[in-house]
Amino acid sequence: MKINFVLNGREIELTVPSDIRVVDLLREELDLTGTKESCGSGECGACTILVDGQSRLSCLMLAAQLQGREVTTIEGLAGDKGRHPVQEAFVSAGAVQCGFCTPGMVLAAVDLLERRPDPSRSEIREGLSGNLCRCTGYQKIVDAVEMAVHREEG
Amino acid sequence: MSDGRIPQIGVVFPRTDALTKVSGEEKFAADYYGRDLVWAGVKRAGIPHARLTSLDVDQARLVPGVIAVLTHRDIPGENRQGVVRKDQPVLVDDKVRHAGDALALVLAESKPALAAALNSIRCELEPLPGVFDPEQALAEGAPLVHEDNPGGNLLLKAEVKTGETESAWEECAAVIEACFETPHQEHCFLETESGWAKVESDGKIVIVASTQTPFRDRTEVAQVLGRDHTGIRVIAPYAGGAFGGKDGISVQSLLALAALHSQSRPVKMWWDREESFSAGTKRHPARMYYRLGAKADGTLHAVEVRLYLDTGPYDHLGGAVMTQAVEHSGGPYRIPHAWLRGWSVYTNNPIGGAFRGFGVAQVTAAMEQMMDLLAVKLDLDPIQLRLKNAIRRGDKNCVGVTLTGSAGLSECLEKMAEHPGWQERQTWIRAAGPLKRRGVGLAAVMQAVGYGPFVPDVANAKVELTLEGKIRVYSGVVDMGQGNAATNLQIAGSILSQTPAQMELILPDTDRTLPSGSASASRCTYTFGNALIGAAQALKDRILQRSADLLMAAGPDELVLVSGLVRRVTTGQEIPLAVLAKWLTDAERIAVYRFRAPVAQERPAKDDQVRLHGLPHCIFSYGAHLAMVEVDELTGAVEVKGYLAITDSGRVLNPQTYEQQIHGGIVQGLGYALSEDFRVTDGLIQTSDLATYIIPTAMDVPDMLSIPVEINEPTGPFGLKGVGEVAMNGPLPAVANAVAAACGKRCYSFPLTSERVLQVMTAS
Repeated sequence: MKINFVLNGREIELTVPSDIRVVDLLREELDLTGTKESCGSGECGACTILVDGQSRLSCLMLAAQLQGREVTTIEGLAGDKGRHPVQEAFVSAGAVQCGFCTPGMVLAAVDLLERRPDPSRSEIREGLSGNLCRCTGYQKIVDAVEMAVHREEG
Repeated sequence: MSDGRIPQIGVVFPRTDALTKVSGEEKFAADYYGRDLVWAGVKRAGIPHARLTSLDVDQARLVPGVIAVLTHRDIPGENRQGVVRKDQPVLVDDKVRHAGDALALVLAESKPALAAALNSIRCELEPLPGVFDPEQALAEGAPLVHEDNPGGNLLLKAEVKTGETESAWEECAAVIEACFETPHQEHCFLETESGWAKVESDGKIVIVASTQTPFRDRTEVAQVLGRDHTGIRVIAPYAGGAFGGKDGISVQSLLALAALHSQSRPVKMWWDREESFSAGTKRHPARMYYRLGAKADGTLHAVEVRLYLDTGPYDHLGGAVMTQAVEHSGGPYRIPHAWLRGWSVYTNNPIGGAFRGFGVAQVTAAMEQMMDLLAVKLDLDPIQLRLKNAIRRGDKNCVGVTLTGSAGLSECLEKMAEHPGWQERQTWIRAAGPLKRRGVGLAAVMQAVGYGPFVPDVANAKVELTLEGKIRVYSGVVDMGQGNAATNLQIAGSILSQTPAQMELILPDTDRTLPSGSASASRCTYTFGNALIGAAQALKDRILQRSADLLMAAGPDELVLVSGLVRRVTTGQEIPLAVLAKWLTDAERIAVYRFRAPVAQERPAKDDQVRLHGLPHCIFSYGAHLAMVEVDELTGAVEVKGYLAITDSGRVLNPQTYEQQIHGGIVQGLGYALSEDFRVTDGLIQTSDLATYIIPTAMDVPDMLSIPVEINEPTGPFGLKGVGEVAMNGPLPAVANAVAAACGKRCYSFPLTSERVLQVMTAS
């Protein structure tokens, strides 16, 4: 089947099998391996992407669901001025260890800050609770989101 | 940020890998695909113990899109692998020993074709009685997992005896006895086992794998293929988490075998989460019988320990893990009379293997609860009891080895005793809301650094001045997330005075970097860092000496190395490194240095096998942990409200990566303590995904406080000791002690799920 959508700011048209998952489309067909897969069943958040600005799990979506949508993967998050403030904050705060949860975690944080621009620490924890990390213990990730808030304000 | 600063030791050096990971650019093993990709997958047994009577792959070969279906008959070399004892088949040839055993390997054009072919394989398995408990496995007449093992189901026994353990008990004023059980723990690295392989035009097999052990993997793959190791290259990108679970072979041999049948096309294998749970290794479940005796003033006098560790059907590192458990079983204390025994036992359960702590998480869980039980019995303050017995430099530890390295447990405990978290605990406990009970618990922890006395704990560092004038650091030890690759840049950069922009990093690759052992055993920066200091210093000396020659200076004293160039401070002359590099031969541009970690000279165990498996060590990190918990009286749910870890792992090179290790270890330990209830019934995993096996989320853990006690370790690079594991050992006992304090009753099996706590709390 043929689908049209906006991927990282660029309109694209693709012919894809009707049953292909979005995570496979991104990783295997479009070489966008920044989107990770870790559980394949919607438990871990590693495959998080933004669809029309909202965080979605690409392992639970079929390609057809992207028709007419605007998709942002981790590769498309940085703007003309370089890294997104959330990416910048993850680096500065030491929120990245093995890095396999990082793309999904960053995008979940971006979505959270869109919805709630000045969250408390417990709201950050709740907002990121769909994204598992096995390395950091989450504290520096929470620090990073707080740091991103203050940088955006500054 | 990787700004223009020359890295220095002891200050934050932001990880260079964070930049490529946060942008999605960094390529993990799971991210390798390529043109004409072939997918490889494995048919698994699904039952825990059975004789393989026939394997019919004909139907599978007919599935459209299938390239090859391979069985044990297609293995050109040895069909047994393992780190110590080679007892694990690559593909089953005689019998199935656990449900995750691999029966056949399929190569296909696509994932759907692969799945269809795996479903079409017909195998006849004649079920055999299984054995699922380590003590039952040692009983007379128990079904045998390996008929050819001389010890029956016993893989290895370790025993250490010091003092007079028969008469010592009569001299004790208090004796405590208890038995503790800890469960399997699943690593749950986010990147499940994955890899990619291809036969190059020269016939060499290149394997890109998510691994902690590229050099050892190369040897093992060579044996399976019946080839010389020079025909195999293993590349280890940043691993997406490992924690011990990628210490050894997972996909590597299967991929290499597949690559031999893929007509030079690249082959990819990536286990899904369920396969990772069933075929991957776990922390060994342990049953631990303890008897601890002390004098009336709390002076520890005697300890007797029996440990049964379930290694599943294969050694993997089961013997070594059990031996390390025995070595740490008396805790970080002086105990003059000790009888410590451990059994590593074969069963038909999932495979036990390395996991952060390596046997120490289990015994610390037991010993630190014994200390609290003793404190209650003798009515002593639990910190003072630990301080009274804390091991100091020059003391003999529980296996009778004299501690020559730095030992900061007393300093950690003293700091803990002064901390408001401890000082003001009664006020905090009294402030519990309705239907809540609060408790504060402690644990003292230690963790050996390095391999021990027999297996050489060696690293070979290599540093190059490239023709472009950059400093290239060849990292010999895998970075699985702990940040040692960036630390290598920090170390080399600080010695050679180069900014990150002036440096390049080569990740472990058997064709490019030098063998430096596994990423394990809290050794990565200790051992490789020492080697790297030597290599970087040698290159610096050469750069300055050759610059002095070129500038006709009297000697290198007139010269300084700064980022990108050498400056003659007496005249102001400068030589860019890119210019200097062209005056050197290729051999001169490279410096290498070998370091071997020191070993203890004592031989506490009579059996040489025990020494071969790593006992004893001579360098340890230490810590004191405090957990503040709140227990819900209605549900038994335990919430950790605060956590403090005070750690002696020597000097801190980078406070940020140091704290990452402490935080990560604590939270993995909190999962072990509270929620990670890995259930196996008759060899079958009941918790096969992340919906049923619950690891902590951001909402399940508190903000933690980590305080380093920076005592210089004379043998460490810049005074450092390893920090990768030590924090893992504290949370279970600290939380258990806090819960026991809150409830007035103690659980003896783990994790402390709400059901378990409620049951104990409400039992009459």
